[in-house]
Amino acid sequence: MQSLPLFPEQASTVAGQVDALYLFLVLITTFFSLLIAILIIYFAIKYRRTPERTAEQIHGSTLLEIVWTVIPLGISMVIFLWGAALYFHIQRPPGNALEVYGVAKQWMWKFEFPGGQREINSLHVPTGRPVKVTLISQDVIHSFFVPAFRVKSDVLPNRYMTSWFEATTPGTYHLFCSQYCGTKHSGMIGEVTVMKPEDFAAWLESGKAEGSMAASGEKLFQQYGCTTCHRPDSGARGPNLEGLYGRPVRLQDNRVVIADDNYIRESVLNPNAKIVSGFQPIMPTFQGVVSEEQMLQIIAYIKSMADQTGQPLNNRSTPTQIRDTEVPNVQQQMQQDQNQKPSGKQP
Amino acid sequence: MSTAAQTVKPVMPARHYLNDNYGIRSWLLTKDHKRIAVLYLFSITFFFFIGGIFASLIRLHLLTPNGELFQADTYNKMFTMHGVNMIFFFLIPSVPAVLGNFIIPIMVGAKDLAFPKINLMSWYIFMVGAFFSLYAMVSGGVDTGWTFYTPLSSGFVHTNVIVMAVGILFAGFSSIFTGLNFIVTVHRMRAPGLTWGRLPLMVWANYAASLIMILGTPVLAITLILLALERGFHIGIFDPKLGGDPVLFQHMFWFYSHPAVYIMILPGMGVISEIVTCFSRKRVFGYAFVAFSSIAIAVFGFVVWAHHMFVAGISVYSAMVFSLLSYAVAIPSAVKVFNWTATMYKGSVKLDTPMLYALGFIGLFTIGGLTGLFLAALGLDVHIHDTYFVIAHFHYVMVGGMVMAYLGGLHFWWPKMTGKLYPEPVAKLAALITFIGFNLTFFPQFILGYMGMPRRYAMYSPEFQVLNVLSSAGASILAVGFILPALYFTWSLKYGEVAGDNPYKATGLEWQTTSPPPTHNFDVTPVVTEDPYHYGAEEEVTVVP
Repeated sequence: MQSLPLFPEQASTVAGQVDALYLFLVLITTFFSLLIAILIIYFAIKYRRTPERTAEQIHGSTLLEIVWTVIPLGISMVIFLWGAALYFHIQRPPGNALEVYGVAKQWMWKFEFPGGQREINSLHVPTGRPVKVTLISQDVIHSFFVPAFRVKSDVLPNRYMTSWFEATTPGTYHLFCSQYCGTKHSGMIGEVTVMKPEDFAAWLESGKAEGSMAASGEKLFQQYGCTTCHRPDSGARGPNLEGLYGRPVRLQDNRVVIADDNYIRESVLNPNAKIVSGFQPIMPTFQGVVSEEQMLQIIAYIKSMADQTGQPLNNRSTPTQIRDTEVPNVQQQMQQDQNQKPSGKQP
Repeated sequence: MSTAAQTVKPVMPARHYLNDNYGIRSWLLTKDHKRIAVLYLFSITFFFFIGGIFASLIRLHLLTPNGELFQADTYNKMFTMHGVNMIFFFLIPSVPAVLGNFIIPIMVGAKDLAFPKINLMSWYIFMVGAFFSLYAMVSGGVDTGWTFYTPLSSGFVHTNVIVMAVGILFAGFSSIFTGLNFIVTVHRMRAPGLTWGRLPLMVWANYAASLIMILGTPVLAITLILLALERGFHIGIFDPKLGGDPVLFQHMFWFYSHPAVYIMILPGMGVISEIVTCFSRKRVFGYAFVAFSSIAIAVFGFVVWAHHMFVAGISVYSAMVFSLLSYAVAIPSAVKVFNWTATMYKGSVKLDTPMLYALGFIGLFTIGGLTGLFLAALGLDVHIHDTYFVIAHFHYVMVGGMVMAYLGGLHFWWPKMTGKLYPEPVAKLAALITFIGFNLTFFPQFILGYMGMPRRYAMYSPEFQVLNVLSSAGASILAVGFILPALYFTWSLKYGEVAGDNPYKATGLEWQTTSPPPTHNFDVTPVVTEDPYHYGAEEEVTVVP
């Protein structure tokens, strides 16, 4: 680019659209700034004080007031609608997107692909395909910002945020943390490498290591004893998780929620927040036990069961009555292991 | 100054508020709003220069991309303390507590504010807050950013967050007291004949800002107390590990801190209305619209806070509502700018120093306001949020707008406050230097922001260096523009020409008393029979000495 570029590179499908709105606003700003500046300078010169000059007193003009209220209001509404339409486009990932999972921490970015490929402070994506990044922080608030894509999303420590883009031009671009996050905030940077689809496929292939996220998640599912209760048979103490992901779930208080990433994460960390209708609040919290990366893998595992035909969640005619003494040993063990008490608050 | 009425050389009045009595006690125990304003003037000037030193060091550090000058931690502390100082200890008290305190009781024809002791107490409370803030600074500093976002501030940093929060809490209470005093004074103590429709626009603007102060500041106090409780006693409010919600903090913080922007800018707008009319010798164009727009800004200002949070995880629909409301709040500001410009039309314009600052304000505030439209545009904000674009935008409003207005007002009322004139040519030069330095400092930051340079970066990518160097060069010019007034104002106290009661032949009650005014402001309670800014015929407003 030139020696003093005025725009960052355009490397995503929305970049051009954002720049168009920006240019429109630059035009509006230039026009009104110049209008005011020229009028001020013109008045200051034309009506400069001379011994014979007396000011002509004018009280105002309701018509003019209406004009300069309505015109800016009209222009504002155009900008508002344009900006809102673009925002809806930027905030809503398309359904067919390639999924990537990102964990932010002071001060690094970690990414994992569903196939199990992992990266640190680096993210590889293909051109020509929407990519949806699901983001979580394991400490403070960070923000995922790729200027060349014109996308940004804060990364919160308590729920998943998503950001999506479709890269257009192969190359290497900045990844910045844009929410101040402590000492090395300005060092929390990385690179996004955009590759042609075939190169990306080759890269994915070469990066395979320990098995897919879902496979890792399944191991964790066993390891933490989740299977003890969340068995696919009807006598289980906890809801069957087959066919759960992305479907509506009826809760005890008759609310219906969608079993998405955030719901599953909350149900693991704060199990009593949303109790599925027909079940008892007996699950211990896994707060401080499951790391954010493991959580993503467990979710990937549950997601991988989305298409399996499970027992429908809410059609259990006989809620299982569980006494405290029957709670499996493994869960009690887990409770003792934790320093903190299960956060058993009911909203 | 050479009209027939003023050929007599003005002399200082024999008795005025400055020589009414002497000694440190007479200042520290004063209940005179004018002396309290002077106390505030010294206090906030001190903080302005402290904040300015931090700003200079920040710009110096950013000359090179790799941040050779300071450690990242030190840099983080500097921008935090620059922000805290400038916002809570300079900008918020600047026009209300100094210029407003001095001039508003006189403008309404009162002997003092409604509660003189509360006024003095507000200064003491401010100083207690200042003490805590200074203590936090010298005992290691704070590195959270002036926004104190959780959970970083409540659970992660190891600096004096609580001490700083206490300091801001006290400063907040002092502004509540000032606001309360203004509101009661404007309601109860106006001179005979001074109806609401005859109030100077400076009074309207400060009245509107006072409404925000007393309604908004308690929310800041609550937020800071909750933050301190979480940090000190691990009571889970904002930190998800303790069962809290970090975004809740942002809602509460911006519920005050966005209206606080209007606490800062509204009084400045009032100053501009006074200056533009005086130096155009014109009635203000559309008095009712300018007055009412202040109230509209104060009201709308309370319902736009989440426009700081478009990428922070609020729903797309609430984002839409806040975007729409943000455009609504832009309209009254635009109306003011158009009215000021129209006020100059067919006037008799004299480009004295206060007018130069006022015109600078109009131009820079226009750019600052218009770039706000970029940030309120949802899809565009996703890209420029938390970048240097935001920094440039709010410095155009806060420095290009508010500091210009404050300096303009200080020059305008300096003869009234001290009885002396500052040296006009040097002052004009300083205004020009400030304008040029300001633009060179902050205009490149718009481009930097759009290029993608995030805020609060101690180190940056090399391609951003050219613009950063430009900005730092501008900052050094700007510093000269700010130091000069401090020098010649001080000089004028001893060597300045005697101003006379009404050096600009301005209307307004403050020009009908002596310069400096007597302790009780008026020897005879003034009676108002005219609309404000009745600049019709000059002889009417000339006060014969």
